Amino acid sequence: MADKNKKVIQWDRRNILDLKDLSKEEIDLVLETAKSFKEVSKRDVKKVPTLRGKSVVTLFFEPSTRTRASFELAAKRLSADTINIAASQSSISKGETILDTARNLEAMNVDLIIVRHGCAGVPDELAKHLKGSVVNAGDGCRAHPTQALLDMFTIQERFGKIEGLHVGIVGDILHSRVARSNIWGLKKLGAKVTLCGPPTLMPIGIEQMGVDVSYDLNEVIEKVDVLMLLRLQRERQKDNFLPSLREYAKYFGVNKKKLSKAKKDLVIMHPGPTNRGLELSSEIADGDNSLILDQVTNGVAVRMAILYLLLGTKT
Amino acid sequence: MPELTQLMDKDLIRRALMRISHEILEKNKGTSELCLVGIRTRGAVLAERVQAMVQEIEGVSVPVGILDITLYRDDLTSISAQPVVHETLIDFDIEGKKIVLIDDVFFTGRTIRAALNALNDFGRPAHIQLAVLIDRGHRELPIRADFVGKNIPTSLQQNVKVILQETDGDEDRVIIKENKNGG
Repeated sequence: MADKNKKVIQWDRRNILDLKDLSKEEIDLVLETAKSFKEVSKRDVKKVPTLRGKSVVTLFFEPSTRTRASFELAAKRLSADTINIAASQSSISKGETILDTARNLEAMNVDLIIVRHGCAGVPDELAKHLKGSVVNAGDGCRAHPTQALLDMFTIQERFGKIEGLHVGIVGDILHSRVARSNIWGLKKLGAKVTLCGPPTLMPIGIEQMGVDVSYDLNEVIEKVDVLMLLRLQRERQKDNFLPSLREYAKYFGVNKKKLSKAKKDLVIMHPGPTNRGLELSSEIADGDNSLILDQVTNGVAVRMAILYLLLGTKT
Repeated sequence: MPELTQLMDKDLIRRALMRISHEILEKNKGTSELCLVGIRTRGAVLAERVQAMVQEIEGVSVPVGILDITLYRDDLTSISAQPVVHETLIDFDIEGKKIVLIDDVFFTGRTIRAALNALNDFGRPAHIQLAVLIDRGHRELPIRADFVGKNIPTSLQQNVKVILQETDGDEDRVIIKENKNGG
């Protein structure tokens, strides 16, 4: 096939750890590649032989439905073999260190490890010591790069662009790795980002990331093209960040009435899982402006693109 | 500097495609169940041109699909940079259809092998035929073309390039390049 006039691109990345590290061009490449993979998931036979013979492990130390299923389907649709390890049922519970677990997996010739952990930096540490590839599926409050990539893919699919759009991110910014990864990505692609949430859940100095901060949701709703809601992480609310969930829902929950002053083509996004009645009402979650399920569909395509870029060729 | 020789011009390409269109219709006895599938990038353009010619001859517009074979390549693990993946667009059911696969240059046969595997994932056509603008020889797989625009004997050090208005923004022609260190 030497005579095929294929455009060849530079991608020498071995891991996906944080969107902070990726250039605009690399992000564009992932989004462009994902477009082609979306078609594969629409076929009757949802499988291509591209990663035949590769082995992928998901190593999850935190619960997950969407992300893990999405990664596993992505790998399977590319014909890679997958196994899932949940930390609670593994030798980690017998006292083995994460690095030892990962090294043992690598000794079985695994090509790529997808890791989620409650502590920031765990994927980077694994990447430093492993020969294979590492993909961060969420580490602490720091980064969730594949979620941000699929969010950006979904925005681009709807609006045809990202540059010049105004994106509002609402909720518990303090604990949100989704927000941080989206800020890095969206800023690189030229979007304007406004964060909104209770002051107790707004990290001090976050403006340094090049974003605006507002504490009034009504004011934000009027201006933005995209409203990205975050899950209120009830498991991380034990330190009295909020007077009550009811108060949060009253000021930062999105319902039909609050959207009355929004732009007509405003879209609502949410990384899931949603707390219906808290961050958003059911009529909004299931409404015409909601892209929540599109995000899930696109997640598989974006993760296929990432696996293809990391494992598709010899490194 | 590689040496350039022109093998076909705009008119020769048009006549060759016209002849191929007639041959496709003759062999398939008309347009019933006929579908064209072009292999990205230039095969897709040629497929659209053949479709227009078939319409001119028979007054029937046959479906055209575009196939990207990147995900089915057998050399992905031996090349060091990823080819960009493009979308495959086949929005008709190929089950029981007569498919004519179209590409610009027929060389080792590996592209066609990949295309056959890809089509296989879309269904079971009645048969698949192959139409190519240029057959330059050097097959590495037992595959042959049903319709050929022009047979060009080449050496492995040469590189045959089809230039088309739609993809290259330049007048249609086929050129042959001499590469010093092999194709």
